Amino acid sequence: MIVADRKPLQEILEMIKDFNKILIIGCKGCVTVCNVGGSKEVGILASSLKIARKKEGRPLEIDEKTLERQCDPEYVDQIKDIVNDYDAIISMACGVGPQFLSERYPDSRFFPAVNTTFFGGALQHGIWEERCAGCGTCVIHYFEGMCPIARCAKSLLNGPCGGSAGGKCEISKDVDCIWDLIVKKKMEQGRLDDLLEFRPAKDWTTSRDGGPRKSVREELVQ
Amino acid sequence: MSELKSGSNLEKVLKAGHFAFTGECGPPQGANVEHLKEKAHHLKGCVDAVNITDNQTAVVRMSSWAASIILMQEGLEPNFQMVCRDRNRLAIQSDILGIYAHGIRNMLCLSGDHQRFGNHPQAKNVFDIDSMQLIHTVKTMRDEGKFMNGEDIDVPPKLFIGAASNPFADPFEFRVHRLAKKIAAGADFIQTQCIYNMDRFREFMKNAVDMGLHEKCYILAGVTPMKSVGMARYMAKQVPGMDVPDSLIERLRGAGKGNVAQEGIKFALEQIEEFKEMEGIAGVHLMAIEWEHMVPEIAEKAGVLPRPQV
Amino acid sequence: MRLSYPSNVKIIQVPCTGRVDILHLLRAIEDGADGVYVAGCLEGECHFIDGNLKARKRVQYVKKTLEEVGIEPERVEMFNLSAGEGPRFAEIAREMSERIKELGPSPLNVKKAA
Repeated sequence: MIVADRKPLQEILEMIKDFNKILIIGCKGCVTVCNVGGSKEVGILASSLKIARKKEGRPLEIDEKTLERQCDPEYVDQIKDIVNDYDAIISMACGVGPQFLSERYPDSRFFPAVNTTFFGGALQHGIWEERCAGCGTCVIHYFEGMCPIARCAKSLLNGPCGGSAGGKCEISKDVDCIWDLIVKKKMEQGRLDDLLEFRPAKDWTTSRDGGPRKSVREELVQ
Repeated sequence: MSELKSGSNLEKVLKAGHFAFTGECGPPQGANVEHLKEKAHHLKGCVDAVNITDNQTAVVRMSSWAASIILMQEGLEPNFQMVCRDRNRLAIQSDILGIYAHGIRNMLCLSGDHQRFGNHPQAKNVFDIDSMQLIHTVKTMRDEGKFMNGEDIDVPPKLFIGAASNPFADPFEFRVHRLAKKIAAGADFIQTQCIYNMDRFREFMKNAVDMGLHEKCYILAGVTPMKSVGMARYMAKQVPGMDVPDSLIERLRGAGKGNVAQEGIKFALEQIEEFKEMEGIAGVHLMAIEWEHMVPEIAEKAGVLPRPQV
Repeated sequence: MRLSYPSNVKIIQVPCTGRVDILHLLRAIEDGADGVYVAGCLEGECHFIDGNLKARKRVQYVKKTLEEVGIEPERVEMFNLSAGEGPRFAEIAREMSERIKELGPSPLNVKKAA
């Protein structure tokens, strides 16, 4: 899923300081699964903002809504009858949401309430970790199912570097050295020889470095 | 290793079978050319080549190619270091052409410390290619006369290719294999991370010799004399991939106030003596960090002077 | 045990403090409560294993939220006591009432001068 973190309240309050009637829109996709932008979090943000503004003596009127997804036009369409009732709209979806909303409703003001961070999964409830960098050319099969592009601080294809110590990365003792895990798994599986092979420089044209990307599947296009 | 690959002094010294002795010099955090020249002055005549670090520990300093040129003007041979953190493949290849055009003949290929602990942690890093691919790039440019995209180079750069090896990083079992991989990728010489744990290094070298790596590449053992107990403790605790045994820290502490630095040098000299005899070791890389003025004394006591003229 | 406790404390019963949600606490403040506290079982003695530990984390979240918007986090608190400790329950009610009295009314209840 796409993982995100809620922005600090003060930052959101600053964004909406000139507005008095707000709609907060959640998303039932990834951000619901990572507990940052679903209907529950919409409610918490609404209450928190109302408390803050009530304290300032400038009460805020807030409505709440959570869409199926904010990254598909058919769901974004669902607010067309109410969108003009608000001074501003806060999206709690990943960075895609407020952009799709802005494109569909060019006359309205949209603000992001979350910082979109990475593609990852839940290690346990409340803890998520990065797994994919979306480089456009998957290579994890060379590395026992682990991605050094996303999970090595230096994206080394011929690691580990000299900063790997005790299974941890040189950037932090809280970060696993993915190359340590790759080497150990290769040894366990008796496939260490795979790592003796030189891995050539990566072609980054399929990643963001090649410019903004688009995926077109002709068989689906109407 | 029949004919010269680059014709650098370091290459000639090693090829002639001399025990090589290289030094290191960090460029200034500013444009203070006089300070750089002064540091270089201490090393002159004591070493075969001087490593010029490239934004070492991700702290901004004068560019390594510029400092390398200044060193050449002072009559020293630079070993130009390049990290992959700060440049993409376009900048990497153009800098390689540039340094060669200016007469630089040695180059050490590194991934580079992550910027997180440097003085610009907000930076975006590059890591377009890794150190292994950098070695391979320099070799392809030199031996095949081709850029990474396969296009021909009009006058290819002929460089003596260096790489680093850290025998003390984890996983230990893989370290010698990664060294082998760097040699296969094109490294002509290796400079190791600072060595303090001699037992572990002996084991590493035995594995390297068993694999015949010393016959394919010159391996220089890294030595950094400890200046103080504080430095030893810092290296032990704070520098990832550094192995400083407690026994060494105890030995330094036992030397007593005012004698620690001399004891640090004494340990370094003992190491150098052992490296001279150790199978597979072709020389020593002395990294006297901000202690360049001690290099002449260390070189003298180590019995590596005068340096061979080749 | 006809123990008396301050009449300004309004009790809302839940089967377990694990049922108490962040939103319950926020809404209480939003709707004008000067303080709100959760009285859960002793830690390690939850019938549902860790309901009271979850409640504690939610209380912490609400404290942090209040702090972010400039409201005293002490207005929200978590207490742990066993069901058999009637006197302790009354004591906590008094303690919390005293604390809130010292803090004064919630900033949300203070009329702003026009």
